[in-house]
Amino acid sequence: MKAETDDILLAVEHVSLSFGGVRAISDVSFDIRRGEIRAIIGPNGAGKTSMLNVVNGFYHPQKGAIRWRGRARARMKPYEAAAQGIARTFQNVALFKGMTTLDNIMTGRNLRMKRNLFWQALRRGPALDEEIANRRVCEEIIDFLEIEHIRKTPVGALPYGLQKRVELGRALAMEPELLLLDEPMAGMNREEKEDMSRFIVEANRYRGATIALIEHDIGVVMDLSDRVVVLDYGRKIADDVPEKVKSDGKVIGAYLGVSH
Amino acid sequence: MELLRAVFVDPFAQMVAAPDLLAQTIWEGLVAGVLYSLIALGFVLIYKASGVFNFAQGIMMVFAALTLVGLHEKGVPAWAALILTIAVMYALALAIERLVLRPLVNQPDIILLMATFGITYFLIGFGELVFGGNPKSMITKELLLPDGALDLHILGGKVELQKLDIAAAAIALIMVVSLATFFQRTRIGRALRAVADDHQAALSVGISLDQIWVIVWFTAGVVALATGIFWGARSEVSFALQVVALKALPVLILGGLTSVPGAIVGGLIIGVGEKLGEFYWGPLLGGGIESWLAYVIALAFLLVRPQGLFGERIIERI
Repeated sequence: MKAETDDILLAVEHVSLSFGGVRAISDVSFDIRRGEIRAIIGPNGAGKTSMLNVVNGFYHPQKGAIRWRGRARARMKPYEAAAQGIARTFQNVALFKGMTTLDNIMTGRNLRMKRNLFWQALRRGPALDEEIANRRVCEEIIDFLEIEHIRKTPVGALPYGLQKRVELGRALAMEPELLLLDEPMAGMNREEKEDMSRFIVEANRYRGATIALIEHDIGVVMDLSDRVVVLDYGRKIADDVPEKVKSDGKVIGAYLGVSH
Repeated sequence: MELLRAVFVDPFAQMVAAPDLLAQTIWEGLVAGVLYSLIALGFVLIYKASGVFNFAQGIMMVFAALTLVGLHEKGVPAWAALILTIAVMYALALAIERLVLRPLVNQPDIILLMATFGITYFLIGFGELVFGGNPKSMITKELLLPDGALDLHILGGKVELQKLDIAAAAIALIMVVSLATFFQRTRIGRALRAVADDHQAALSVGISLDQIWVIVWFTAGVVALATGIFWGARSEVSFALQVVALKALPVLILGGLTSVPGAIVGGLIIGVGEKLGEFYWGPLLGGGIESWLAYVIALAFLLVRPQGLFGERIIERI
Protein backbone atom coordinates (compact mmCIF):
# COMPACT_ATOMS: atom_id res chain seq x y z
CA MET A 1 0.00 0.00 0.00
CA LYS A 2 0.95 3.59 -0.31
CA ALA A 3 2.92 5.44 2.27
CA GLU A 4 0.64 7.42 4.51
CA THR A 5 2.08 10.91 4.74
CA ASP A 6 5.65 11.24 3.49
CA ASP A 7 4.91 10.81 -0.18
CA ILE A 8 2.69 13.78 -0.79
CA LEU A 9 3.01 15.09 -4.33
CA LEU A 10 0.73 18.08 -4.00
CA ALA A 11 -0.80 19.73 -0.98
CA VAL A 12 -3.47 22.40 -1.13
CA GLU A 13 -3.39 24.42 2.08
CA HIS A 14 -6.24 26.69 3.18
CA VAL A 15 -6.89 27.94 -0.31
CA SER A 16 -9.55 30.61 -0.87
CA LEU A 17 -10.49 32.00 -4.24
CA SER A 18 -13.08 34.61 -5.13
CA PHE A 19 -14.11 36.50 -8.21
CA GLY A 20 -15.18 39.98 -7.20
CA GLY A 21 -17.61 39.26 -4.39
CA VAL A 22 -18.31 35.67 -5.34
CA ARG A 23 -16.46 33.09 -3.34
CA ALA A 24 -15.62 30.08 -5.47
CA ILE A 25 -13.43 28.28 -2.93
CA SER A 26 -13.31 28.90 0.83
CA ASP A 27 -10.45 27.63 2.93
CA VAL A 28 -10.02 24.23 1.31
CA SER A 29 -7.13 21.92 2.20
CA PHE A 30 -6.36 18.47 0.89
CA ASP A 31 -3.41 16.55 -0.48
CA ILE A 32 -2.63 14.20 -3.31
CA ARG A 33 -0.21 11.33 -2.72
CA ARG A 34 2.22 10.12 -5.29
CA GLY A 35 0.73 7.30 -7.36
CA GLU A 36 -2.89 7.54 -6.27
CA ILE A 37 -6.09 8.32 -8.10
CA ARG A 38 -7.71 11.14 -6.20
CA ALA A 39 -11.29 12.02 -7.00
CA ILE A 40 -12.79 15.46 -6.48
CA ILE A 41 -16.57 15.35 -6.44
CA GLY A 42 -19.43 17.64 -5.55
CA PRO A 43 -22.62 19.15 -6.97
CA ASN A 44 -22.51 21.66 -9.82
CA GLY A 45 -20.88 24.92 -8.81
CA ALA A 46 -19.05 23.36 -5.89
CA GLY A 47 -15.69 24.75 -7.06
CA LYS A 48 -14.18 21.59 -8.51
CA THR A 49 -13.02 23.05 -11.81
CA SER A 50 -11.86 26.22 -10.06
CA MET A 51 -9.72 23.97 -7.87
CA LEU A 52 -8.06 22.38 -10.91
CA ASN A 53 -7.53 25.85 -12.37
CA VAL A 54 -5.76 26.86 -9.19
CA VAL A 55 -3.55 23.78 -9.28
CA ASN A 56 -2.38 24.32 -12.87
CA GLY A 57 -1.99 28.06 -12.55
CA PHE A 58 -4.96 29.46 -14.50
CA TYR A 59 -6.23 31.06 -11.28
CA HIS A 60 -4.26 32.49 -8.43
CA PRO A 61 -5.89 32.06 -5.03
CA GLN A 62 -6.14 35.14 -2.80
CA LYS A 63 -5.32 33.10 0.27
CA GLY A 64 -3.59 29.86 1.03
CA ALA A 65 -0.64 28.02 -0.42
CA ILE A 66 0.14 25.12 -2.68
CA ARG A 67 2.98 22.77 -1.92
CA TRP A 68 4.29 20.92 -4.93
CA ARG A 69 6.71 18.05 -4.27
CA GLY A 70 6.98 19.23 -0.70
CA ARG A 71 7.94 22.81 -1.52
CA ALA A 72 5.72 25.87 -1.36
CA ARG A 73 5.01 27.01 -4.87
CA ALA A 74 5.25 30.61 -5.94
CA ARG A 75 2.60 32.18 -8.14
CA MET A 76 2.88 30.17 -11.30
CA LYS A 77 1.73 30.51 -14.88
CA PRO A 78 0.03 27.57 -16.62
CA TYR A 79 2.95 26.85 -18.90
CA GLU A 80 5.28 26.84 -15.91
CA ALA A 81 2.99 24.36 -14.17
CA ALA A 82 3.15 22.26 -17.33
CA ALA A 83 6.94 22.44 -17.26
CA GLN A 84 6.83 21.17 -13.67
CA GLY A 85 4.93 18.09 -14.75
CA ILE A 86 1.26 19.01 -14.37
CA ALA A 87 -0.94 18.09 -17.34
CA ARG A 88 -4.68 18.43 -17.66
CA THR A 89 -7.77 17.87 -19.75
CA PHE A 90 -10.77 20.17 -19.88
CA GLN A 91 -14.43 19.76 -19.09
CA ASN A 92 -15.55 20.84 -22.54
CA VAL A 93 -12.69 19.45 -24.63
CA ALA A 94 -10.04 22.02 -25.51
CA LEU A 95 -8.31 20.52 -28.52
CA PHE A 96 -6.69 22.26 -31.45
CA LYS A 97 -9.57 21.67 -33.81
CA GLY A 98 -7.89 22.43 -37.09
CA MET A 99 -5.02 20.04 -36.39
CA THR A 100 -4.87 16.28 -36.84
CA THR A 101 -4.96 13.79 -33.96
CA LEU A 102 -1.26 13.17 -34.34
CA ASP A 103 -0.39 16.88 -34.37
CA ASN A 104 -2.55 17.46 -31.31
CA ILE A 105 -0.75 14.75 -29.41
CA MET A 106 2.59 16.02 -30.68
CA THR A 107 1.89 19.40 -29.05
CA GLY A 108 2.06 17.50 -25.76
CA ARG A 109 5.74 16.90 -26.54
CA ASN A 110 6.33 20.65 -26.85
CA LEU A 111 8.32 20.87 -23.62
CA ARG A 112 10.38 17.79 -24.40
CA MET A 113 11.68 19.24 -27.62
CA LYS A 114 14.52 21.65 -27.07
CA ARG A 115 15.93 22.52 -30.47
CA ASN A 116 15.81 26.21 -31.15
CA LEU A 117 14.17 28.24 -33.87
CA PHE A 118 17.25 28.07 -36.07
CA TRP A 119 17.39 24.28 -36.32
CA GLN A 120 13.63 24.09 -36.49
CA ALA A 121 13.57 26.42 -39.45
CA LEU A 122 16.15 24.29 -41.25
CA ARG A 123 14.43 21.10 -40.14
CA ARG A 124 17.72 19.21 -40.40
CA GLY A 125 20.13 17.35 -38.15
CA PRO A 126 19.28 17.48 -34.46
CA ALA A 127 15.84 18.98 -34.98
CA LEU A 128 14.84 16.17 -37.31
CA ASP A 129 16.20 13.46 -34.97
CA GLU A 130 14.27 15.03 -32.14
CA GLU A 131 11.11 15.18 -34.22
CA ILE A 132 11.41 11.49 -35.05
CA ALA A 133 12.09 10.40 -31.46
CA ASN A 134 9.09 12.30 -30.15
CA ARG A 135 6.92 11.11 -32.97
CA ARG A 136 7.67 7.56 -31.80
CA VAL A 137 6.43 8.35 -28.28
CA CYS A 138 3.22 9.76 -29.71
CA GLU A 139 2.63 6.76 -31.96
CA GLU A 140 2.96 4.55 -28.90
CA ILE A 141 0.34 6.60 -27.06
CA ILE A 142 -1.94 6.44 -30.09
CA ASP A 143 -1.62 2.64 -30.01
CA PHE A 144 -2.36 2.60 -26.30
CA LEU A 145 -5.53 4.66 -26.72
CA GLU A 146 -6.62 2.64 -29.76
CA ILE A 147 -7.01 5.65 -32.04
CA GLU A 148 -4.72 4.55 -34.88
CA HIS A 149 -7.52 4.89 -37.41
CA ILE A 150 -7.95 8.62 -36.80
CA ARG A 151 -4.27 9.62 -36.70
CA LYS A 152 -4.56 11.91 -39.69
CA THR A 153 -8.09 13.19 -39.09
CA PRO A 154 -8.58 16.81 -38.03
CA VAL A 155 -9.99 16.50 -34.53
CA GLY A 156 -12.78 19.01 -35.12
CA ALA A 157 -14.43 16.36 -37.30
CA LEU A 158 -14.31 13.61 -34.65
CA PRO A 159 -17.19 12.50 -32.45
CA TYR A 160 -17.10 13.74 -28.88
CA GLY A 161 -16.00 10.49 -27.26
CA LEU A 162 -12.95 10.25 -29.50
CA GLN A 163 -12.10 13.91 -28.91
CA LYS A 164 -11.98 13.19 -25.19
CA ARG A 165 -9.62 10.34 -25.91
CA VAL A 166 -7.33 12.51 -28.06
CA GLU A 167 -7.26 15.08 -25.28
CA LEU A 168 -6.17 12.40 -22.82
CA GLY A 169 -3.50 11.38 -25.33
CA ARG A 170 -2.18 14.92 -25.54
CA ALA A 171 -1.94 15.10 -21.75
CA LEU A 172 -0.22 11.69 -21.57
CA ALA A 173 2.30 12.76 -24.21
CA MET A 174 3.59 15.24 -21.65
CA GLU A 175 4.54 12.28 -19.41
CA PRO A 176 3.11 14.20 -16.49
CA GLU A 177 3.71 13.51 -12.84
CA LEU A 178 0.26 14.80 -12.02
CA LEU A 179 -2.61 14.47 -14.44
CA LEU A 180 -5.73 16.55 -13.85
CA LEU A 181 -8.83 15.15 -15.52
CA ASP A 182 -11.90 17.36 -15.60
CA GLU A 183 -14.94 15.14 -16.21
CA PRO A 184 -13.23 12.82 -18.67
CA MET A 185 -16.40 10.78 -19.10
CA ALA A 186 -19.04 13.47 -19.31
CA GLY A 187 -21.58 12.73 -22.01
CA MET A 188 -20.29 9.24 -22.74
CA ASN A 189 -22.24 6.01 -22.99
CA ARG A 190 -21.40 3.03 -20.83
CA GLU A 191 -19.08 1.35 -23.25
CA GLU A 192 -17.10 4.55 -23.80
CA LYS A 193 -16.93 5.08 -20.05
CA GLU A 194 -15.53 1.59 -19.56
CA ASP A 195 -12.84 2.23 -22.19
CA MET A 196 -11.95 5.55 -20.61
CA SER A 197 -11.81 4.01 -17.11
CA ARG A 198 -9.43 1.38 -18.40
CA PHE A 199 -7.16 4.01 -19.94
CA ILE A 200 -7.15 6.02 -16.72
CA VAL A 201 -6.26 3.00 -14.59
CA GLU A 202 -3.51 1.96 -16.97
CA ALA A 203 -2.11 5.48 -17.19
CA ASN A 204 -1.98 5.45 -13.40
CA ARG A 205 -0.48 1.97 -12.94
CA TYR A 206 1.86 1.59 -15.87
CA ARG A 207 2.68 5.14 -16.84
CA GLY A 208 3.21 6.34 -13.33
CA ALA A 209 0.86 9.31 -13.48
CA THR A 210 -0.72 10.48 -10.27
CA ILE A 211 -4.27 11.43 -11.13
CA ALA A 212 -6.74 13.99 -9.83
CA LEU A 213 -10.15 13.26 -11.27
CA ILE A 214 -13.36 15.26 -11.34
CA GLU A 215 -16.27 13.05 -12.18
CA HIS A 216 -20.03 13.06 -11.70
CA ASP A 217 -20.64 9.36 -12.22
CA ILE A 218 -20.42 8.11 -8.64
CA GLY A 219 -20.08 4.50 -9.77
CA VAL A 220 -16.96 5.36 -11.73
CA VAL A 221 -15.55 7.38 -8.85
CA MET A 222 -16.05 4.51 -6.40
CA ASP A 223 -14.40 2.04 -8.77
CA LEU A 224 -11.40 4.11 -9.76
CA SER A 225 -10.35 6.30 -6.92
CA ASP A 226 -8.18 5.64 -3.91
CA ARG A 227 -9.48 8.63 -1.97
CA VAL A 228 -12.24 11.14 -2.52
CA VAL A 229 -12.53 14.78 -1.53
CA VAL A 230 -16.03 16.25 -1.59
CA LEU A 231 -16.69 19.95 -2.17
CA ASP A 232 -19.95 21.79 -1.73
CA TYR A 233 -20.41 25.56 -2.20
CA GLY A 234 -16.63 25.97 -2.28
CA ARG A 235 -16.07 24.20 1.05
CA LYS A 236 -14.66 20.79 1.76
CA ILE A 237 -17.30 18.65 3.42
CA ALA A 238 -15.63 15.22 3.32
CA ASP A 239 -12.27 13.66 2.55
CA ASP A 240 -11.85 9.91 2.84
CA VAL A 241 -11.77 6.55 1.08
CA PRO A 242 -14.73 5.96 -1.27
CA GLU A 243 -16.65 3.57 1.01
CA LYS A 244 -16.67 6.03 3.90
CA VAL A 245 -17.55 9.00 1.71
CA LYS A 246 -20.47 7.13 0.21
CA SER A 247 -22.15 6.74 3.57
CA ASP A 248 -21.26 10.19 4.90
CA GLY A 249 -24.37 12.09 5.97
CA LYS A 250 -23.14 15.49 4.82
CA VAL A 251 -22.26 14.16 1.37
CA ILE A 252 -25.66 12.58 0.93
CA GLY A 253 -27.19 15.85 2.11
CA ALA A 254 -25.19 17.89 -0.41
CA TYR A 255 -26.26 15.73 -3.29
CA LEU A 256 -29.87 15.16 -2.36
CA GLY A 257 -30.61 18.25 -0.30
CA VAL A 258 -31.43 18.15 3.41
CA SER A 259 -34.27 19.56 5.41
CA HIS A 260 -33.00 22.12 7.90
CA MET B 1 -26.56 46.67 -77.49
CA GLU B 2 -23.53 48.82 -78.12
CA LEU B 3 -22.74 48.82 -74.43
CA LEU B 4 -23.16 45.07 -73.96
CA ARG B 5 -20.85 44.50 -76.90
CA ALA B 6 -18.28 46.84 -75.45
CA VAL B 7 -18.38 45.07 -72.09
CA PHE B 8 -18.76 41.42 -73.02
CA VAL B 9 -17.33 41.00 -76.50
CA ASP B 10 -14.72 43.55 -77.41
CA PRO B 11 -12.31 43.01 -74.51
CA PHE B 12 -12.16 39.28 -75.21
CA ALA B 13 -11.68 39.90 -78.89
CA GLN B 14 -8.74 42.13 -78.02
CA MET B 15 -7.29 39.43 -75.79
CA VAL B 16 -7.39 36.87 -78.57
CA ALA B 17 -6.13 39.30 -81.16
CA ALA B 18 -3.01 40.20 -79.18
CA PRO B 19 -2.03 37.29 -76.92
CA ASP B 20 1.35 38.82 -76.18
CA LEU B 21 -0.32 41.85 -74.63
CA LEU B 22 -2.57 39.57 -72.63
CA ALA B 23 0.44 37.62 -71.36
CA GLN B 24 2.18 40.88 -70.45
CA THR B 25 -0.85 42.09 -68.53
CA ILE B 26 -1.27 38.80 -66.67
CA TRP B 27 2.43 38.76 -65.79
CA GLU B 28 2.25 42.26 -64.36
CA GLY B 29 -0.86 41.28 -62.46
CA LEU B 30 0.85 38.23 -61.02
CA VAL B 31 3.82 40.28 -59.86
CA ALA B 32 1.64 42.84 -58.13
CA GLY B 33 -0.41 39.95 -56.78
CA VAL B 34 2.61 38.26 -55.24
CA LEU B 35 3.41 41.44 -53.37
CA TYR B 36 -0.21 41.80 -52.20
CA SER B 37 0.00 38.20 -51.04
CA LEU B 38 3.08 38.93 -48.98
CA ILE B 39 1.40 41.86 -47.24
CA ALA B 40 -1.73 39.79 -46.63
CA LEU B 41 0.46 37.01 -45.26
CA GLY B 42 1.75 39.38 -42.60
CA PHE B 43 -1.82 40.11 -41.52
CA VAL B 44 -2.80 36.44 -41.51
CA LEU B 45 0.19 35.35 -39.41
CA ILE B 46 -0.59 37.79 -36.65
CA TYR B 47 -4.34 37.36 -36.81
CA LYS B 48 -4.08 33.59 -36.54
CA ALA B 49 -1.79 33.57 -33.55
CA SER B 50 -3.05 36.48 -31.52
CA GLY B 51 -6.49 37.28 -32.91
CA VAL B 52 -5.36 40.84 -33.55
CA PHE B 53 -6.04 42.60 -36.79
CA ASN B 54 -2.69 44.32 -37.13
CA PHE B 55 -3.34 47.75 -38.54
CA ALA B 56 0.40 48.44 -38.25
CA GLN B 57 1.36 45.88 -40.89
CA GLY B 58 1.65 48.54 -43.60
CA ILE B 59 3.80 50.80 -41.52
CA MET B 60 5.95 47.87 -40.41
CA MET B 61 6.72 47.36 -44.09
CA VAL B 62 7.70 51.00 -44.53
CA PHE B 63 9.64 51.03 -41.28
CA ALA B 64 11.61 47.93 -42.25
CA ALA B 65 12.47 49.32 -45.68
CA LEU B 66 13.31 52.69 -44.19
CA THR B 67 15.62 51.14 -41.61
CA LEU B 68 17.40 49.20 -44.30
CA VAL B 69 17.93 52.20 -46.55
CA GLY B 70 18.59 54.55 -43.68
CA LEU B 71 21.30 52.35 -42.21
CA HIS B 72 22.92 52.12 -45.60
CA GLU B 73 22.83 55.90 -45.95
CA LYS B 74 24.63 56.16 -42.65
CA GLY B 75 27.47 54.13 -44.14
CA VAL B 76 26.63 50.57 -43.14
CA PRO B 77 27.37 48.07 -45.94
CA ALA B 78 24.24 46.62 -47.57
CA TRP B 79 24.57 43.07 -46.24
CA ALA B 80 25.20 44.31 -42.70
CA ALA B 81 22.27 46.71 -42.99
CA LEU B 82 20.07 43.78 -44.00
CA ILE B 83 21.12 41.71 -40.98
CA LEU B 84 20.79 44.72 -38.69
CA THR B 85 17.31 45.44 -40.01
CA ILE B 86 16.28 41.88 -39.27
CA ALA B 87 17.65 42.37 -35.76
CA VAL B 88 15.66 45.60 -35.46
CA MET B 89 12.48 43.76 -36.50
CA TYR B 90 13.21 41.20 -33.77
CA ALA B 91 13.67 43.94 -31.20
CA LEU B 92 10.42 45.50 -32.39
CA ALA B 93 8.57 42.20 -31.96
CA LEU B 94 10.02 41.83 -28.48
CA ALA B 95 9.03 45.37 -27.54
CA ILE B 96 5.50 45.00 -28.90
CA GLU B 97 4.98 41.79 -26.95
CA ARG B 98 6.39 43.21 -23.72
CA LEU B 99 4.87 46.69 -23.84
CA VAL B 100 1.62 46.23 -25.76
CA LEU B 101 0.35 42.66 -25.96
CA ARG B 102 1.27 41.42 -22.50
CA PRO B 103 -0.40 44.25 -20.55
CA LEU B 104 -3.48 43.94 -22.77
CA VAL B 105 -3.87 40.18 -22.60
CA ASN B 106 -7.51 39.06 -22.38
CA GLN B 107 -8.79 42.49 -23.42
CA PRO B 108 -11.50 42.72 -26.10
CA ASP B 109 -10.32 42.59 -29.71
CA ILE B 110 -11.24 46.22 -30.34
CA ILE B 111 -8.75 47.35 -27.69
CA LEU B 112 -5.97 45.36 -29.31
CA LEU B 113 -6.94 46.80 -32.70
CA MET B 114 -6.70 50.31 -31.26
CA ALA B 115 -3.33 49.41 -29.79
CA THR B 116 -2.06 48.56 -33.28
CA PHE B 117 -3.15 52.07 -34.36
CA GLY B 118 -0.93 53.30 -31.58
CA ILE B 119 1.94 51.19 -32.86
CA THR B 120 1.37 52.66 -36.33
CA TYR B 121 1.71 56.26 -35.19
CA PHE B 122 4.64 55.44 -32.98
CA LEU B 123 6.49 53.86 -35.88
CA ILE B 124 5.76 56.81 -38.16
CA GLY B 125 7.09 59.25 -35.60
CA PHE B 126 10.04 57.12 -34.61
CA GLY B 127 11.00 56.38 -38.21
CA GLU B 128 10.89 60.06 -39.12
CA LEU B 129 12.90 61.00 -36.07
CA VAL B 130 15.72 58.60 -36.81
CA PHE B 131 15.83 58.47 -40.60
CA GLY B 132 14.08 61.67 -41.64
CA GLY B 133 10.87 62.04 -43.61
CA ASN B 134 12.29 62.38 -47.13
CA PRO B 135 11.53 59.67 -49.65
CA LYS B 136 14.53 57.48 -50.32
CA SER B 137 15.31 55.07 -53.10
CA MET B 138 15.73 51.39 -52.40
CA ILE B 139 19.29 50.06 -52.50
CA THR B 140 18.48 47.41 -55.08
CA LYS B 141 21.92 47.24 -56.65
CA GLU B 142 23.70 47.00 -53.32
CA LEU B 143 21.45 44.11 -52.31
CA LEU B 144 22.52 42.34 -55.52
CA LEU B 145 19.01 42.38 -56.92
CA PRO B 146 18.99 42.18 -60.71
CA ASP B 147 17.80 45.02 -62.89
CA GLY B 148 16.93 45.33 -66.54
CA ALA B 149 14.41 43.29 -68.41
CA LEU B 150 14.14 39.91 -70.00
CA ASP B 151 12.44 39.91 -73.40
CA LEU B 152 10.52 36.83 -74.38
CA HIS B 153 9.61 36.57 -78.02
CA ILE B 154 6.50 34.46 -77.82
CA LEU B 155 2.89 34.53 -78.92
CA GLY B 156 3.75 36.51 -82.02
CA GLY B 157 5.09 39.45 -80.08
CA LYS B 158 7.29 40.51 -77.23
CA VAL B 159 6.65 39.97 -73.51
CA GLU B 160 8.87 41.97 -71.25
CA LEU B 161 9.70 40.58 -67.81
CA GLN B 162 11.49 42.86 -65.38
CA LYS B 163 14.26 40.88 -63.71
CA LEU B 164 13.44 42.58 -60.42
CA ASP B 165 9.90 41.25 -60.67
CA ILE B 166 11.19 37.75 -61.33
CA ALA B 167 13.37 38.03 -58.22
CA ALA B 168 10.39 39.29 -56.19
CA ALA B 169 8.25 36.37 -57.31
CA ALA B 170 11.04 33.88 -56.57
CA ILE B 171 11.70 35.26 -53.09
CA ALA B 172 7.99 35.39 -52.30
CA LEU B 173 7.67 31.78 -53.40
CA ILE B 174 10.59 30.69 -51.24
CA MET B 175 9.19 32.54 -48.24
CA VAL B 176 5.74 31.07 -48.63
CA VAL B 177 6.97 27.52 -49.09
CA SER B 178 9.33 27.70 -46.13
CA LEU B 179 6.66 29.26 -43.92
CA ALA B 180 4.20 26.56 -44.88
CA THR B 181 6.73 23.81 -44.10
CA PHE B 182 7.67 25.48 -40.86
CA PHE B 183 4.02 25.71 -39.82
CA GLN B 184 3.18 22.15 -40.75
CA ARG B 185 6.18 20.14 -39.68
CA THR B 186 8.03 21.60 -36.73
CA ARG B 187 7.46 21.94 -33.01
CA ILE B 188 7.29 25.72 -33.06
CA GLY B 189 5.00 25.62 -36.09
CA ARG B 190 2.68 23.26 -34.26
CA ALA B 191 2.80 25.49 -31.21
CA LEU B 192 1.84 28.48 -33.38
CA ARG B 193 -1.15 26.66 -34.78
CA ALA B 194 -2.06 25.46 -31.31
CA VAL B 195 -2.08 29.01 -29.98
CA ALA B 196 -4.21 30.08 -32.93
CA ASP B 197 -6.76 27.38 -32.09
CA ASP B 198 -7.10 27.58 -28.32
CA HIS B 199 -5.10 29.75 -25.92
CA GLN B 200 -6.02 27.87 -22.76
CA ALA B 201 -5.26 24.45 -24.11
CA ALA B 202 -1.99 25.75 -25.52
CA LEU B 203 -1.00 27.03 -22.10
CA SER B 204 -1.91 23.73 -20.49
CA VAL B 205 0.55 21.79 -22.64
CA GLY B 206 3.30 24.20 -21.71
CA ILE B 207 3.36 26.56 -24.66
CA SER B 208 4.42 30.03 -23.60
CA LEU B 209 2.15 32.60 -25.27
CA ASP B 210 4.72 35.36 -24.78
CA GLN B 211 7.34 33.47 -26.71
CA ILE B 212 4.96 32.53 -29.50
CA TRP B 213 3.79 36.11 -29.93
CA VAL B 214 7.37 37.31 -30.27
CA ILE B 215 8.03 34.69 -32.93
CA VAL B 216 4.88 35.57 -34.85
CA TRP B 217 5.47 39.32 -34.82
CA PHE B 218 9.08 38.74 -35.79
CA THR B 219 8.03 36.53 -38.71
CA ALA B 220 5.51 39.16 -39.77
CA GLY B 221 8.31 41.74 -39.49
CA VAL B 222 10.59 39.74 -41.78
CA VAL B 223 7.77 39.33 -44.27
CA ALA B 224 7.22 43.09 -44.03
CA LEU B 225 10.89 43.67 -44.78
CA ALA B 226 10.76 41.50 -47.91
CA THR B 227 7.63 43.30 -49.10
CA GLY B 228 9.14 46.66 -48.29
CA ILE B 229 12.25 45.93 -50.35
CA PHE B 230 10.26 45.09 -53.47
CA TRP B 231 7.59 47.77 -53.15
CA GLY B 232 10.34 50.23 -52.37
CA ALA B 233 12.21 49.18 -55.49
CA ARG B 234 9.12 49.68 -57.64
CA SER B 235 8.52 53.20 -56.43
CA GLU B 236 10.43 54.70 -53.54
CA VAL B 237 10.68 54.24 -49.80
CA SER B 238 8.37 56.75 -48.16
CA PHE B 239 5.58 56.78 -45.62
CA ALA B 240 3.06 57.08 -48.43
CA LEU B 241 3.91 53.50 -49.26
CA GLN B 242 1.91 52.24 -46.32
CA VAL B 243 -1.32 52.72 -48.24
CA VAL B 244 -0.48 49.73 -50.41
CA ALA B 245 -1.17 47.74 -47.25
CA LEU B 246 -4.79 48.75 -47.74
CA LYS B 247 -4.66 46.73 -50.94
CA ALA B 248 -4.24 43.72 -48.70
CA LEU B 249 -7.74 44.20 -47.30
CA PRO B 250 -9.61 42.95 -50.39
CA VAL B 251 -7.06 40.14 -50.55
CA LEU B 252 -7.92 39.18 -46.98
CA ILE B 253 -11.64 39.32 -47.69
CA LEU B 254 -11.13 37.13 -50.72
CA GLY B 255 -8.76 34.65 -49.12
CA GLY B 256 -10.07 34.62 -45.58
CA LEU B 257 -8.31 36.21 -42.65
CA THR B 258 -7.18 32.89 -41.21
CA SER B 259 -5.78 31.13 -44.23
CA VAL B 260 -2.20 31.22 -45.51
CA PRO B 261 -3.04 29.64 -48.88
CA GLY B 262 -5.99 32.04 -49.04
CA ALA B 263 -3.65 35.01 -48.75
CA ILE B 264 -1.56 33.70 -51.64
CA VAL B 265 -4.41 32.82 -53.99
CA GLY B 266 -6.38 35.92 -53.01
CA GLY B 267 -3.39 38.13 -53.73
CA LEU B 268 -2.88 36.61 -57.17
CA ILE B 269 -6.56 36.90 -58.08
CA ILE B 270 -6.70 40.54 -57.01
CA GLY B 271 -3.43 41.37 -58.77
CA VAL B 272 -4.36 39.77 -62.07
CA GLY B 273 -8.00 40.90 -61.81
CA GLU B 274 -7.17 44.54 -61.39
CA LYS B 275 -4.56 44.63 -64.17
CA LEU B 276 -6.90 42.90 -66.63
CA GLY B 277 -9.75 45.14 -65.57
CA GLU B 278 -7.66 48.28 -65.96
CA PHE B 279 -6.29 47.28 -69.34
CA TYR B 280 -9.35 45.88 -71.06
CA TRP B 281 -12.33 47.41 -69.31
CA GLY B 282 -10.78 50.57 -67.89
CA PRO B 283 -11.09 52.65 -71.08
CA LEU B 284 -14.87 52.19 -70.97
CA LEU B 285 -14.94 54.18 -67.73
CA GLY B 286 -12.21 56.56 -68.70
CA GLY B 287 -9.46 54.59 -66.95
CA GLY B 288 -8.18 54.65 -63.39
CA ILE B 289 -10.34 51.77 -62.21
CA GLU B 290 -7.32 49.89 -60.88
CA SER B 291 -7.47 51.70 -57.57
CA TRP B 292 -10.96 50.55 -56.67
CA LEU B 293 -11.63 47.43 -58.71
CA ALA B 294 -10.08 45.20 -56.05
CA TYR B 295 -12.62 46.37 -53.49
CA VAL B 296 -15.48 45.67 -55.86
CA ILE B 297 -14.20 42.15 -56.49
CA ALA B 298 -13.93 41.65 -52.72
CA LEU B 299 -17.39 43.05 -52.13
CA ALA B 300 -18.93 40.71 -54.67
CA PHE B 301 -17.15 37.89 -52.93
CA LEU B 302 -18.43 38.87 -49.51
CA LEU B 303 -21.98 38.37 -50.75
CA VAL B 304 -21.30 34.80 -51.76
CA ARG B 305 -18.70 33.54 -49.31
CA PRO B 306 -18.41 35.75 -46.23
CA GLN B 307 -15.67 33.54 -44.80
CA GLY B 308 -13.51 33.95 -47.91
CA LEU B 309 -12.14 31.33 -50.25
CA PHE B 310 -10.28 29.31 -47.66
CA GLY B 311 -11.34 30.90 -44.39
CA GLU B 312 -12.82 28.81 -41.63
CA ARG B 313 -16.54 28.85 -41.66
CA ILE B 314 -17.81 30.05 -38.34
CA ILE B 315 -20.58 27.85 -37.10
CA GLU B 316 -22.08 28.89 -33.84
CA ARG B 317 -24.38 26.73 -31.87
CA ILE B 318 -27.30 28.56 -30.32
